[in-house]
Amino acid sequence: MEKTQNNKAWFLVLPVLVIVAFSAVIPLMTVVNYSMNDTFGENEFFWNGLGWFEEMITSDRMHDALGRQVLFSAIILAIEVPLGIFIALNMPKKGFWASFCLVLMALPLLIPFNVVGTIWQIFGRVDIGLLGHGLAAMGIDYNYTNDPLDAWITIIVMDVWHWTSLVALLCYAGLQSIPQAYYQAARIDQASRWSVFRFIELPKMAGVLLIAVLLRFMDSFMIYTEPFVVTGGGPGNSTTFLSIDLVKMAVGQFDLGPAAAFSIMYFLVILLVSWVFYTVMTNLDKEEGK
Amino acid sequence: MAQITLSKLAHSYAANPTAESDYALKEMDHVWQDGGAYALLGSSGCGKTTLLNIISGLVRPSHGRVLFGELDVTDQETAARNIAQVFQFPVVYETMTVRENLSFPLRNRGMDAGYIATRVNQIAQMIGMESVLNRKARGLTADAKQKISLGRGMVREDVNAILFDEPLTVIDPHMKWELRTQLKQLHREFGHTMIYVTHDQTEALTFADKVVVMYDGRVVQMGTPEELFETPDHTFVGYFIGSPGMNLLDATVSGTTAHLQGAEIALGAGYGPIKGRTQIGIRPEYCSLTDGAGLPVTIRQVEDVGRHRIIRADLFGQAFNIIAPEGMGISPDMTRVAFAPGKINVYADDWRVSGQVVGGVAA
Repeated sequence: MEKTQNNKAWFLVLPVLVIVAFSAVIPLMTVVNYSMNDTFGENEFFWNGLGWFEEMITSDRMHDALGRQVLFSAIILAIEVPLGIFIALNMPKKGFWASFCLVLMALPLLIPFNVVGTIWQIFGRVDIGLLGHGLAAMGIDYNYTNDPLDAWITIIVMDVWHWTSLVALLCYAGLQSIPQAYYQAARIDQASRWSVFRFIELPKMAGVLLIAVLLRFMDSFMIYTEPFVVTGGGPGNSTTFLSIDLVKMAVGQFDLGPAAAFSIMYFLVILLVSWVFYTVMTNLDKEEGK
Repeated sequence: MAQITLSKLAHSYAANPTAESDYALKEMDHVWQDGGAYALLGSSGCGKTTLLNIISGLVRPSHGRVLFGELDVTDQETAARNIAQVFQFPVVYETMTVRENLSFPLRNRGMDAGYIATRVNQIAQMIGMESVLNRKARGLTADAKQKISLGRGMVREDVNAILFDEPLTVIDPHMKWELRTQLKQLHREFGHTMIYVTHDQTEALTFADKVVVMYDGRVVQMGTPEELFETPDHTFVGYFIGSPGMNLLDATVSGTTAHLQGAEIALGAGYGPIKGRTQIGIRPEYCSLTDGAGLPVTIRQVEDVGRHRIIRADLFGQAFNIIAPEGMGISPDMTRVAFAPGKINVYADDWRVSGQVVGGVAA
């Protein structure tokens, strides 16, 4: 069959191009523009080349924020992924309790970020919060506004509470797709519980787990609202993650140039890490297929 | 290895079964001989897989007992029963190599490494996968994966029985024949009890010494292929075995004669009074088209299937099949059908009634 060539078809792509241009490309270009110039407002720009990038890449402030950010993402991935898998494995497979658990798990995901922050901000307060007051009453010295460790613990627990459901739900979907015959065969083969997990459940979950890890990495790496509401980046700078620092720089200090350079590098880091994650995990898959 | 006894066995998936239709398996008492090759034959949803899973211990029967030899294993776990089972769709451990897959059941039972290596090589040779032993199972084709499943089912030598649940569904026809032959050979060599579930009668009849036909949650007949062919115990067996199946005609029977729409047919045996819906059944192979004496038929169609021809006809308004042997001429004046005497079975409410042969031998 001969295919009709009609270049007018390209016009059909136009709406997408326009939307992407206005939603992503043009704003990004504005940022690029700011990152290369110095400005004092009034739409007056002075060319600065790569100056801001050099300044940012050598700045201790950015290094510290990046370090805190990497640590935070690593901790929450290390907690949420195994915990999510564990929850998914132990959720009922069908019936009333399965639906009940699904709804229960989905609830934290439906709460707006700033509300999550507010909930934990109040929950953890020593004077009126249930958690803070309760811990104080038990004689535990807990105060997330003074103690950096307490602040970290609060934020990590909050993130685990907020997002573990996502990992659990994705894994649950992966588990549900395993045919019953696999478990039956494992029983026939006298496989241990660990073998069933290692050789049946984990391989079948690998696909959704990749997505879960990627999503949780990207989201945690960009986290802003919740810690901002709970600790505002404090005490001191101890919970100032990359985006909190970025906003401080751009909106607080009005250093638009450095902030723009900073955000471009930030964007590239996320892009790079996500790409590495994705390629490594899909390649693992392919090699096993050989 | 042991004889498998099903004692008053029944199973319902419902919590409180009341009506008979609640039961996936109706009550049955059967003994499966040690070392027998059985085929479990029946259409989809007749309870074959349920019965198989009960024997292997994957499903606990709601009623009755399962015995291996003298031992009651009803409450025993699958692993304790020492049974191998191969499923309809390939089940392989995808991240393992073919070798690891085949050795998995042995490793789980803590067998000696040297023994595992030799045994795995034997099995690999049998299923023709020696060359891919070190490959990951993930990238293999469906029939290669199913061969691994078969191999895993056969790798243990000390099993009580090997159960196959339509294992060749995904395998291509040529390979099917080869694997079935190998299974058969394996059976002769090691003498394991084998139970082979299928809905394909050719597969069942070629594989098994004894064929167990199931219908609607019931074992309707357990017998050799010949018995199933000659004297089906139930109209379903008559219909399901054979191609085309047995001709069944509503009739009344008195003594040694069947009355069919005013016509009389001589039966090979004498029957007492029969209760319920009475039918006579005769295999198309035992009918012949003739221009002599017989019942009048209207021929609708003649199908040539190579070895013989199938004549599709109407007898008193009911569909009726006749098989004409190779080389027999069919002419327009052959409008009557004759039945081989002694080959007619009589059924009351679908179950066969045995009669007294005039010579004194039961038909």
